[in-house]
Amino acid sequence: MKPLSSIIEVTGLNHSYGERKILQDLNLSVGKGEVFALIGPTGAGKTTLLRIINLLEVPGVGEIYFDGKCIPRSGKQRLEIRRRMSFIHQKPQVFNLSVYDNVACGLRWRGEAKSRIAEKVDHILDTVGLEGYENRNARTLSGGEAQRVALARSLVLEPEVLLLDEPTANLDPVSTDKIERLISDVARQGNTTMIMATHVMSQGQQLADRIGVLLSGRLTQTGNATDIFHSPQNEEVAHFVGMENIIEGVISESSQGIVTVNIDGKPLQAVSNYPAGKRVYACIRPEDITLLIADSYEQKAVRSSARNALQARVSRVTTIGPLSRLEVDCGFRLVALVTRLSAEELDLQAGSEVYATFKATGVHIMERESSR
Amino acid sequence: MTELWNSLTKAVDLIVSLDPQVIEIAGRSLRISGTACLLAALICLPLGGFIHFHQFPGKRALINIVQTLFFLPTVLVGLLVFVLFCRTGPLGFFGILLTPTAMVIGQMILVIPLLLGLTISALSGVSKETVDTATSLGASGFQTIQLVLREAKYAVLAAVILGFGRAISEVGCAMLVGGNIRGFTRIVTTSITLETAKGDFELAIALGIILLSLALIISIALNRLQQR
Repeated sequence: MKPLSSIIEVTGLNHSYGERKILQDLNLSVGKGEVFALIGPTGAGKTTLLRIINLLEVPGVGEIYFDGKCIPRSGKQRLEIRRRMSFIHQKPQVFNLSVYDNVACGLRWRGEAKSRIAEKVDHILDTVGLEGYENRNARTLSGGEAQRVALARSLVLEPEVLLLDEPTANLDPVSTDKIERLISDVARQGNTTMIMATHVMSQGQQLADRIGVLLSGRLTQTGNATDIFHSPQNEEVAHFVGMENIIEGVISESSQGIVTVNIDGKPLQAVSNYPAGKRVYACIRPEDITLLIADSYEQKAVRSSARNALQARVSRVTTIGPLSRLEVDCGFRLVALVTRLSAEELDLQAGSEVYATFKATGVHIMERESSR
Repeated sequence: MTELWNSLTKAVDLIVSLDPQVIEIAGRSLRISGTACLLAALICLPLGGFIHFHQFPGKRALINIVQTLFFLPTVLVGLLVFVLFCRTGPLGFFGILLTPTAMVIGQMILVIPLLLGLTISALSGVSKETVDTATSLGASGFQTIQLVLREAKYAVLAAVILGFGRAISEVGCAMLVGGNIRGFTRIVTTSITLETAKGDFELAIALGIILLSLALIISIALNRLQQR
């Protein structure tokens, strides 16, 4: 789904700090108006990638294209192009100036007329809910307010590309909510391209058109939220997106788009086209597993369309807010998430005999790399 | 002890009566050292910014040399300016030896290393994130230096105060290149030397007190500026 006209394009990017490789063989293209989320654990290279795109750093190897033009490795043109973007760094760095001067500085540096600056700054402070703060020293603000100043300072420039590095890290939930709403407002207007680095998966899911997973310096998978969260390409991505059940197995049968995976002698059905003999991982999201009490199953009081029903014994129950997380042993370990109410009504506790059932469509099959 | 008391009352007397000679000498001290310090600051602040923000071979060594020059003896600077500008010297054709101009040049040479070195260390106190933020917001190199100097204004102003202090309190250079000519190059410190040599300790000490009072006024003024 490569967009027709890309505003940012990165090709063959490799970057290291000394011996340490930060980014490897990275190619990325972001379309005009697109909201792209870069997710990955801390230290994966997200910040470095954003810094390179913002032309703060020159990549070791590789080219950056902005609006189709290849960016030179030095010279005045870099400033001109940088002025068409804006970058909100992770730790909000407000200058030791008034809120007004903080927000106005980017416009002043671009040589805008004083009256235009006043007009734009007033408007943007209104937008981010900081009206009346003009004369406060920005250093005296709280973390959430400072981040809103940083956001206003970037948005007032009406950048073609807005880069955000963990915009809500270190913020309290209320401030996080405000910042997320502001970002999503800008995203909805659709004329700003956004690249946002985050390790909060839900943020990527909610705000982005497309997600890229950056793991140890490699862009491992890009796609929309559904692709990434339900069909991760490999074990690393699956782990990172919170796929708790990743089980090794071998396909024993394959016909009409349904495969049977042999997991330590237990058969498991899934929707996939891999041929028999293929070594795979079966991934099941914990919330897709339904637990049935053994006796009700034997009486066939309910019949289920779920293709998989495995006899299991509960080994551990933990409560997470309104949910109960159950670890069950059915020859291999499975994690299931059910509401706390169900767990209580069914009297599920360590030692309970249950059936773990899930649909064949709830199992995502991915290839095990031969090297592993 | 009586001498100290007498000189104290004499100083107050001289100040209160606005003794024209004292006013003239103090004014000249201020003018010469102020000009030297201002010119040095105009050179050192941008130059310090440039050195701080650019990587080049020998940067470490340059900073080491600058710091070594903090210890430059004033009389040695005087000697250098004297040799350069004396009639037979390479710059002798300017004919500025024994003028306030030569004194300004001498004090500038004295103050520049101090201002430059302290500006660089003041800028190091501004976080890299602040610099990156400015660059991201579209600041050019020069605009970034401006912003960072403003962020470091306390440390930068402290450097300027220290530079001015070194200029106004030195005597070796002013004596050598100015010549302590009455009504032309005589400043507070050279007067003190002269009056002491003449045995007029009272006037010498009174002049010293006047110099310190000047310093107090300037320091209060700069403190006000810092707090803005």
